[in-house]
Amino acid sequence: MQLIQQSKQESLPKSKEINQPQFFPYTNNQGSCLGICGEKFAVLATDTRMSMGYSIVTRNATKYLKLTDKCVLVSSGMQADIETLHKILKARLTIYQNQHQKPMSTPAISHLLSRTLYYRRFFPLYTFNVLGGIDEDGKGCVFSYDAIGTLERVRYSASGSGSALIEPILDNQVGFKNRGDITDKTGFLEEDEVVELAKDTLTSTCERDIFTGDFVHIFVVNENGVREEKFELRFD
Amino acid sequence: MDPTKKTLQPYVTGSSVLAIKYNEGIIVAADTLGSYGSLARFTDLQRMSKVTNHTLIGGSGDISDLQQIQKTVESLILENTGFKKDEEPLTPKEIQQYISRVMYNRRSRFDPLWNHIIVAGYQNNESFLGAVDIFGTFYEDNTIASGFGAYFAQPLLRKGYKEDLTKDEAIDLIKTCLKVLFYRDARTINKFQIAEVSEGGITISDPFELETHWEIADWQEGHL
Amino acid sequence: MENYEQSFNYENCLRNEELTKQGYEKKKQRKTGTTIAGIIFKDGVVLGADTRATEGYIVADGNCEKIHRISDYIYCCGAGTSADTENTTALISSKLELMRLTTGREPRVQNALTLLKQYLYHYHGYVSAALVLGGVDFKGPHLHMIHPHGSTSTLPFLTMGSGSLAAMAVFEAEYKTDLDEESAKNLVHKAITAGIFNDLGSGGNVDLCVMKFQNTQFFRNFDKPNKRKFSRINAYRFPKGTTQFLEEKVTLLRKNLVIENLDKNNNNNDNDNNDNNDNNDL
Repeated sequence: MQLIQQSKQESLPKSKEINQPQFFPYTNNQGSCLGICGEKFAVLATDTRMSMGYSIVTRNATKYLKLTDKCVLVSSGMQADIETLHKILKARLTIYQNQHQKPMSTPAISHLLSRTLYYRRFFPLYTFNVLGGIDEDGKGCVFSYDAIGTLERVRYSASGSGSALIEPILDNQVGFKNRGDITDKTGFLEEDEVVELAKDTLTSTCERDIFTGDFVHIFVVNENGVREEKFELRFD
Repeated sequence: MDPTKKTLQPYVTGSSVLAIKYNEGIIVAADTLGSYGSLARFTDLQRMSKVTNHTLIGGSGDISDLQQIQKTVESLILENTGFKKDEEPLTPKEIQQYISRVMYNRRSRFDPLWNHIIVAGYQNNESFLGAVDIFGTFYEDNTIASGFGAYFAQPLLRKGYKEDLTKDEAIDLIKTCLKVLFYRDARTINKFQIAEVSEGGITISDPFELETHWEIADWQEGHL
Repeated sequence: MENYEQSFNYENCLRNEELTKQGYEKKKQRKTGTTIAGIIFKDGVVLGADTRATEGYIVADGNCEKIHRISDYIYCCGAGTSADTENTTALISSKLELMRLTTGREPRVQNALTLLKQYLYHYHGYVSAALVLGGVDFKGPHLHMIHPHGSTSTLPFLTMGSGSLAAMAVFEAEYKTDLDEESAKNLVHKAITAGIFNDLGSGGNVDLCVMKFQNTQFFRNFDKPNKRKFSRINAYRFPKGTTQFLEEKVTLLRKNLVIENLDKNNNNNDNDNNDNNDNNDL
């Protein structure tokens, strides 16, 4: 018995002390995204600042992807992962288009994105996404995610470094939370109201969040397709 | 993979690479030092290289990884142009994307190429200036600086950049930045090369020295 | 422990150490970003600072003051933990004022420097104040920097804070000896602006302080390069009753409570005027 135990102990692999620092494969390039849906449209916005630590890498990063005429994705987090994710999605949508001779519907894309993120559950794509557009019925829709693929259909959402500042404003202005003056809490805002709100919210965010700034790409997705607008924020 | 076979920290390193667009092309510059920790080990390394007639890549970080990337890109070019002479050569953008994928792949295997690569190109009357970092992050901008240059040169380059910057203005600006880096970055020596990427192709200058001033060092009078 | 006069109160130090040992998270000190700078020119010293105070990644104050007065002709820019910079400069300022009253002489920059460095050295870097000290006394213009550990250096141009690299790049590229006042101001302005736009820890406006012999000019918000670019007009109006509540209870004030109108005289005057106006209208 003793012998067996001894031999067992000997055959155990010696724990190898590795004193070398391991390479950390993640970085956060920050930035803020938001999505608001209306009755027959959705508005998505993302800033264009890409930072690393305390320095600005570029003031003109593109963190969005126009997936179809009815669907836009905005992302923040690690830029290399964002681009990888966007490339995968673009390829998958091209395959779908070729196989079915029609573009993928926005709710279907929302699930595709969720699966793509969850596929990397144990080495996640460090991205924080907001997907939006109009669904098969022509209704506006926004989908909110975490980095590993949790999916939720919402009326509005914010992600990224300024999300904690954006979300409360949207709760009040779009979700009508704590609004005794509004009786119909399921109502929607008009398109130009939402665009103004998105601009104002992001302008206010970059007053307080140091990682948000420079420019904003705003996308309005409605039955006529995707309209793009670029809007200036502060540069400091 | 055996942890001892990975680049866990860079060994021989190059410092900043600077680049700025001007009205007819791009100016890229770097010094010629390969540091081994704090030792100025190799003083005549060229950190910029021409990979096609239209594209130049320059890099900071681990020199062996940089030379590996240069080889990889060269073989990519050979694969794409060696046999099909009529076809368009790879664009600078395509080369940047290729490097980006290689870098992203290596970081995902926890075995990164320890570099910040700057890709400058001029093709079809259009200039291209982009960069790729250790994570595979890639971006384009009018001014790019890697290494310590991101802190010291980038503010000056951004301030000095304008759409109709002439070649002479661009070279002057780059030289000012190089001088500042020599003053303040302890891993930079006063031996630089400037590359020009434009319609006429790519030219990399011979190493040269910049005139420096040390009068203000006498200002310190020794009082605490 | 009772002696608060000479030093800080350390009574929680041992407790905190024990808690850290038990695995409780240690309170982290927050790094605060800043760009501060100073140069010597022909007739004096120019100090400059940005106005952003950060708390982690959030801007705590977008227009704070980082140039502190030490005496009439000595000013000091502070980077690091804002409580430390403010209190350190205030303490040394008061000590110098007492010295001025005792000796009847204007304090010299050297006095301020010695007091500051001895104070900071005493606390071995735990008082995290990184300072750029400038002033003009009868010996001429002086510019020094003091690190949190108490070491100092004396140079014709200095920068500190997270934006110090951007600001130093501007100085190294453009500084010349014997600048005139206008170009000195412009150079410091340019250096601070470089910090504001290229360093995320710095931002907001530019403050400048120009000191010449027996003459100090402080330019609060010398330049405002970051004005708000967009604002929704007439938005966010909440009518009465917007905030809902579960319960309402009205308590009457005591009847014998007398409410005096303190502005009685003013109000009377106003009323008189109004009466007159009314008459005129009639």
